[in-house]
Amino acid sequence: MNPVGAAEIRRLLDVVGTRIIESRDLLTDLDRTIGDGDHGVNMARGFAAVREKLAALPENTDIASLLKTAGMTLVSTVGGASGPLYGTAFIYAAQELAGAGEMSPELLSRAMRAAANGIVKRGRAGVGDKTMLDTVEPVAAFLESSDSGGSSPEERMRDVRRIARAGMESTVPMQARKGRASFLGERSIGHCDPGAMSSHIMIEAALDVLAASSGETRP
Amino acid sequence: MIAFVLVSHSRAVAAGVREMALQMTGGVVPVIACGGMSDGGLGTDACVIADAIRSLAQNEGVLVLCDLGSAILSAEQALDFLEENEKSGVRIADAPFLEGAVLGAIQASAGSSLQEVFETAEGARDLRKLG
Repeated sequence: MNPVGAAEIRRLLDVVGTRIIESRDLLTDLDRTIGDGDHGVNMARGFAAVREKLAALPENTDIASLLKTAGMTLVSTVGGASGPLYGTAFIYAAQELAGAGEMSPELLSRAMRAAANGIVKRGRAGVGDKTMLDTVEPVAAFLESSDSGGSSPEERMRDVRRIARAGMESTVPMQARKGRASFLGERSIGHCDPGAMSSHIMIEAALDVLAASSGETRP
Repeated sequence: MIAFVLVSHSRAVAAGVREMALQMTGGVVPVIACGGMSDGGLGTDACVIADAIRSLAQNEGVLVLCDLGSAILSAEQALDFLEENEKSGVRIADAPFLEGAVLGAIQASAGSSLQEVFETAEGARDLRKLG
């Protein structure tokens, strides 16, 4: 991964928003199965608002301000639990990037760790509870593992892609222990968690933008 | 006087519980209803909650009551948004929404401390309705 500037982060957030909006029905269907069915609509509304807010920011807005604005906008527009959860994730990530002109791999790792910790703090969830954390935490842990094992940045990004997908899929056999889905008990088993799916969609979209900006073709 | 912030996913629920708390206390206790999203839909908004708490700063303390699930997440996030001096006299009660608000407000109307009001609101959990 090459260092990434504010223009790439802006594009990244735009693509993340597009993918979430395109995935509205998928997220709604997943949430209708084990939740209250509002995840797709809430997230699509939130990211539509994020796009509007970001478009109104001056061109020279730095990375931290872009992410913080995205987080604050999600807090005010999503409505369900994912508002404060993703809002906290973006706001905490932004704090790690304060003053940075570029996002190095080191800063990306710190930002993801802060985002995962924010979700843990806000949701009091742990890995295995069948939540968005099951997608986000393994990615954060991988990014901060300093030993790259001799792999190239492109290989590491492909590993992130694989880990995010595996994390999302890991929620299928889990029994929910958080949120409305936990009321279903064993009946929550066998369905992907909608939050784990939206996190996967966001991470995959981000990787696509980062891969494109470093000249790598999308697999 | 201890003031209240009522956080519900529904604008109507927050407004209705506020109405009951005011009616039971003769309107002497400041109560702000934070219900629903700005478009009128169901949901909670941490920014609105933070603004409500700030606007009650001239009171001796603020007790926040929440309906379900993500209302708590949003209330906790609102506290995150506040400076240390803004949140020193603010507590979130783990209490039933309606009963906690009404009993807490009655306690507050007697000029009680934040701790007493907090305990009364949380104690509403044990309120028996049949004998």
